[in-house]
Amino acid sequence: MKHLIAFIKTYKWLLVLMAGMGLLGLYSPSMGTSAFNLTLVNIQSMLKILPPIFILIGLLDAWVPRETMIRHMGHDSGIKGILIAFVLGSFAAGPLYAAFPVAAILLKKGARLSYVLFFLGVWSTSKLPMVLFEVTSFGLTFTLIHIISNLTVFLIGAVLIESALGEKGSHEVLESINQLS
Amino acid sequence: MSDYALYFLAIGALVFSYYKDRTKTMKALKVSYRSIMKLMPAILPMMFFIGISLSVLSEELISQLLGAGSGIVGMLIAFVVGALAFMPSFVAFPLGANLLEHGAGYPQIAAFVSSLMGVGIASLGVEIKYFGKRAAFLRNTVAVFASVCFAMIIWRVM
Repeated sequence: MKHLIAFIKTYKWLLVLMAGMGLLGLYSPSMGTSAFNLTLVNIQSMLKILPPIFILIGLLDAWVPRETMIRHMGHDSGIKGILIAFVLGSFAAGPLYAAFPVAAILLKKGARLSYVLFFLGVWSTSKLPMVLFEVTSFGLTFTLIHIISNLTVFLIGAVLIESALGEKGSHEVLESINQLS
Repeated sequence: MSDYALYFLAIGALVFSYYKDRTKTMKALKVSYRSIMKLMPAILPMMFFIGISLSVLSEELISQLLGAGSGIVGMLIAFVVGALAFMPSFVAFPLGANLLEHGAGYPQIAAFVSSLMGVGIASLGVEIKYFGKRAAFLRNTVAVFASVCFAMIIWRVM
């Protein structure tokens, strides 16, 4: 009984969404079926991405010393930290949710919050393979405006978020991350 | 093939690490396993949310919504659809290109594409679990602002 309650507490959102899917299925069986199938497809693609990313994160955790990360992406790493964030984000693959654990390990190892936020912005805007695809879909002008405008906003936004959170807020972010690993 | 590139990379790194230091590698694997299991209560509901939102916001419905609305209203619709929907870029880009061919405007497509990529209602649960409510909320706000800027510039230029 205790285990059941703990399980329900941990997975309450899963249960809520499963119930939601059930209701959708009652309302429209065809929509319910497609929602179910799409969920399976999504879990499949998640399994292609997350386990290897977590293996790499675990290895990074074990092998990269904190001092190295602080030197390259820490508070006083300057333009180098921004460049590394840019390169890491550009060569990435996968949806944004796959970037969160990577961002978390960078922070845990001492990377500066604003650089990590910029890394998330780069990941969502200009992953290299997707840039080429975007050019062929929408043209060069569209793509260039997309990348330049978004990266500018994300860079300024990253600095603003860091100062808005302040020392205390940044500390809370770190605490939240530490609870997850 | 490229689907498994990450697996090749991870396994390669793992083998190399194991060769270098066995205990360190086993410890690393334990960390990986523990953190992925801790994430499951947030990841699994996200999968269901994506399934539901994609079945409701089907490609046909998105086409209708983005094709019909023009001007500011069309852009607003595009933002909201982009924030709620979850699809990889290699599905979204051809969809957008197709819509452009059928008369949708560039600003609407810009709003849709960039809010789709940067604003994540579906992944908000995971984001909060990692970074806390405030940081996650602020990051998404910046992402909304980024898509607005992008769509506005496209509106003036194209």
